[in-house]
Amino acid sequence: MQSETVKMNVSVWRGNRRDGGYLSYKVPMEDNQTILDVVTWIQHNEDPTLSYRFACRVGMCGSCAMMVNGIPRWTCRTHVKKVLKDNAIKVAPLRNLPVIKDLATDMDRFFDNWNKAGGVHHSDQTRNDEIELIDPNKPARKIVDAGIECINCAVCFAACDTVSGNDQYLGPAALNRAWTLVNDEKDADRPGILDLVSGNGGCHNCHSQGSCSEYCPNELDPMVAIAGLKRETMRHLISQGKTDA
Amino acid sequence: MLDARLYFLQRLTALIMAPLVLGHIAVMIYAIQGGLTAAEILNRTAGSIGWAVFYGTFVAAVSIHAAIGVRVIAHETLKIKGAALSLITWISGVVLLLMGARAVFAVFAA
Amino acid sequence: MIQPHRSHTLFLAFLLHRISGLLLALFLPIHFWVLSLTLTAPNEFDSMLAWSDNSFVKLAEFVLVFLLAVHIFGGLRLIALELLDWNSGQKTAAASAVAIAVFVSGIFLLRAI
Repeated sequence: MQSETVKMNVSVWRGNRRDGGYLSYKVPMEDNQTILDVVTWIQHNEDPTLSYRFACRVGMCGSCAMMVNGIPRWTCRTHVKKVLKDNAIKVAPLRNLPVIKDLATDMDRFFDNWNKAGGVHHSDQTRNDEIELIDPNKPARKIVDAGIECINCAVCFAACDTVSGNDQYLGPAALNRAWTLVNDEKDADRPGILDLVSGNGGCHNCHSQGSCSEYCPNELDPMVAIAGLKRETMRHLISQGKTDA
Repeated sequence: MLDARLYFLQRLTALIMAPLVLGHIAVMIYAIQGGLTAAEILNRTAGSIGWAVFYGTFVAAVSIHAAIGVRVIAHETLKIKGAALSLITWISGVVLLLMGARAVFAVFAA
Repeated sequence: MIQPHRSHTLFLAFLLHRISGLLLALFLPIHFWVLSLTLTAPNEFDSMLAWSDNSFVKLAEFVLVFLLAVHIFGGLRLIALELLDWNSGQKTAAASAVAIAVFVSGIFLLRAI
């Protein structure tokens, strides 16, 4: 005898930048099933026009983040069993980013902020120079290691209420990236990065609400990284003041 | 909205106030027993340079600290920007400073 | 209702810090005005103090002391996080700040009544 399929109630946000609303779908439950599986099932079986983003499906590419029951999550590695509440799941596009269509957001502000925070490697060497040896046990290198596994999923950006309140704010991911570069011996423009994160939308706007660190799927700690930037920028400011005087 | 300079002022005034607030709380706990009277307060403060410096510093620091705090809330919650935001910051700071200075002077000069 | 992504310790600590800061900033002008009455209208100041001698006002004063205490101890936690790189046990530290504030303002209330 075939066991009866249990179905869950999934409401998915449908719409574009201007208007939209939640539509409900009945999705059959599986033993092992992620939120991304659920969204894909709806697209394959209920409505092929449902738009969403994904690529690797194994938590490496950072494409598939969405709001799941009000919390930003990487959907490919979020199991239904972990988040199912009263047999229901609510899936929405990431907060703090404009919606393009359905679950796909316009991530320009998020990625532009990486550059605004100096998040590129600044080199002063050529291909003819010896490769510098970096001791992995150095304290500064350990700080870098703690922050470099960011996959640009924008979960922290969606979780942050300083981002919601201040449209110039660079956000946790970009500032976390800046902090890894400030601690990177190979980066040739560390004072320049400190200047970039000291402006109007810089690290000093952070209120240490900690939602970034609470929800980062890779368990990074952007809040502590931003605290590090605040400290270094103050040191930079004070030493600059001394040399100016 | 908060640059390095405003952040520095906010934290600096916080550090200046930390011992003052603890002192203020201690005075309140000490003074509240048996109710407050004007004579009791003024006995402590009138003509006392020490209290005048204590509360004078407090007022100066809190005016800056609170003005920056009000600025943040005005921007993040009320979405106020630009010149209006600067105006709110300055008005908050100046009003607190003037009223606070007047209060410190009052209990010192009484 | 508080949104799901905000339901965690450090956000609640932030909320408490912001609300206490705002209420203290709003209270300060009143506080300053009453104190300056000692110079301009000493009788009014005395009647203000007499008015404060009832349990409702005492309770309000207790709330103000709590707001001040929770703002300073919560603030010291943030300063330690930002300037001293003291980043382990932030949730415990945030909860402790509230506990100390309850304790301090509790002593004030017990002495006031």
